[in-house]
Amino acid sequence: MSKVLDEPTKVAEKRGAVKTALTGNEAVAHAMRQINPDVVAAYPITPQTEIVQIYSSYVADGLVDTEYVAVESEHSAMSASIGASAAGARAMTATSSQGLALMWEMLYIAAGLRLPIVMPVTNRALSAPINIHCDHSDTMGARDAGWIHLFSENSQEAYDNTIQAIRIAEHPDVLLPVMVTMDGFIISHAMEVVEVEDDKRVGEFVGTYRPERYLLDVDHPITMGGLDFTDYYFEHRRSLAEPIFTANKRVLEVAAEFEREFGRRYGLFEEYRMDDAEYATIILGSTAGTAKVAIDDLRQAGVKAGMIKVRVFRPFPYEEIADAISECRTVAVLDRSDGLSARGGPVFGEVRNAICDRAKKPITVNYVYGLGGRDINVEMITSVYRDLQEIAATGKRALVSYLGVRE
Amino acid sequence: MAKLTEIRWHGRGGQGAKTAALLFGEAALSEGRYIQAFPEYGPERTGAPVQSFNRISDEPITIHCHVRSPNVVVVLDPTLIGAVDVTAGLAPDGVIIVNTELPASQIKAKLQLDGRKLYTLDASTIAKETIGRDIPNTPMLGALVRVTGLLSYETVMGDTKKKLEKKFRSRPEIIEGNLKAIERAYNEVKGVQ
Repeated sequence: MSKVLDEPTKVAEKRGAVKTALTGNEAVAHAMRQINPDVVAAYPITPQTEIVQIYSSYVADGLVDTEYVAVESEHSAMSASIGASAAGARAMTATSSQGLALMWEMLYIAAGLRLPIVMPVTNRALSAPINIHCDHSDTMGARDAGWIHLFSENSQEAYDNTIQAIRIAEHPDVLLPVMVTMDGFIISHAMEVVEVEDDKRVGEFVGTYRPERYLLDVDHPITMGGLDFTDYYFEHRRSLAEPIFTANKRVLEVAAEFEREFGRRYGLFEEYRMDDAEYATIILGSTAGTAKVAIDDLRQAGVKAGMIKVRVFRPFPYEEIADAISECRTVAVLDRSDGLSARGGPVFGEVRNAICDRAKKPITVNYVYGLGGRDINVEMITSVYRDLQEIAATGKRALVSYLGVRE
Repeated sequence: MAKLTEIRWHGRGGQGAKTAALLFGEAALSEGRYIQAFPEYGPERTGAPVQSFNRISDEPITIHCHVRSPNVVVVLDPTLIGAVDVTAGLAPDGVIIVNTELPASQIKAKLQLDGRKLYTLDASTIAKETIGRDIPNTPMLGALVRVTGLLSYETVMGDTKKKLEKKFRSRPEIIEGNLKAIERAYNEVKGVQ
């Protein structure tokens, strides 16, 4: 069989991109190599291990200039990243699950000190019971830490998001840490086709990090992490809220520049067949790809099905998503973590918040699914759309359901 | 074959089921196809039953759930038959390729084939004679290529050589052995009309 190249492939090859078979972890390690940060401080944890293992081999082979700090825990990984970033370095780390949980207090400090650290997170369930497979409980728990959260559907998006995250984090109007997620094992350990861009072009896209204020700038001495009591703490936390209001404007600017340079389009979320959709789902991560197959089948059968795939979970695009689903009759929010709020998962809460004040809004329901890596297939997603049609017809709904659990 | 072809590999930990899926996936990519290759991650350990999977298509693949109804099943270890339901979910027009020294009729009697097609190959003997060890994954890769016609023989040989050269730079006998194993398997698989 001869090698047949489609038009986009030819364009991609022209700019030096190479279609490569990579796992999600490998794709992210490649992105980090091309970013070539000054410091990587990391501790291995399944299913993130390969990222830092591969990266440490890049360091050993002299392919990057990075100072690699092999720390003894994730708490130290984030602490060392904070120290490096405060000193003026471009710092990265990566983690999963319990590792992210162990970083807890330091996550808030990274954001509070306005340090643009970028951290890939391979999503994995939290204990107990112990489990190594995917759900989003780990990063959802960090949703209020002041980090920007970018979700990825596949290895390509994990690669692209990691590159864009550097520019978003370091934008002078943002200066916030960014976590880039991908689904553990489903993406991190599955080999698929990724367009890997040219090293030089990626290097030029991320540019050189030139912080305005940093601790090693001895000509302009500053203090970071000082003590605020009742006098200034509130003002500093208030100022931390400010970049969150405007960050998504910068996310879109970086996405537009990325598209001009590399041809792949990103937004705050992806709308899949939403134009005339009556029934929609809102999904994060790899399940969105499986949902696309279900939606194509449903459309063939005449069902006006669509989907919103959320890319930027923090800051949540409230108004934009409310607009995007305003014409739908029924909407199901699929949460790959259980907020244990007795009112559905965290994404459901955000969507309900988004539409609460709208005069015209769809009926919404929530499905908690896929905890601990439980498989979600086309049939299960199709059953959600059947429920949405039924709810539209009868007006009767169960607000929160558990999809794919044995009860 | 359907537009999207799904393959399930059955092996025992250490037999190279994951590597076979990766090799097949990369060879498919070099023909400009879209692919997925992934193992099932459970309590994997040497000798325990393991599975790995491929998806291959002419179009981008967005589906990310488990493979439940494969078009092709490859069994690297005949002792798995009876211990693992190797034909589970196999499509009605699907095929199964088994590594065995036994005649096909004896394997057939142990499987619920229901019209699905069986191919056999003595991959372990080929592996021992060419690679020097009973690592049946590359010969079974050769059988898969012959039986399904999904990829060209030349592509798989070329791509596997490239891949092995990276891994076994200082041990050319391993590269040669594996390529010879694929070649013999391609010619020796039984059941091809």
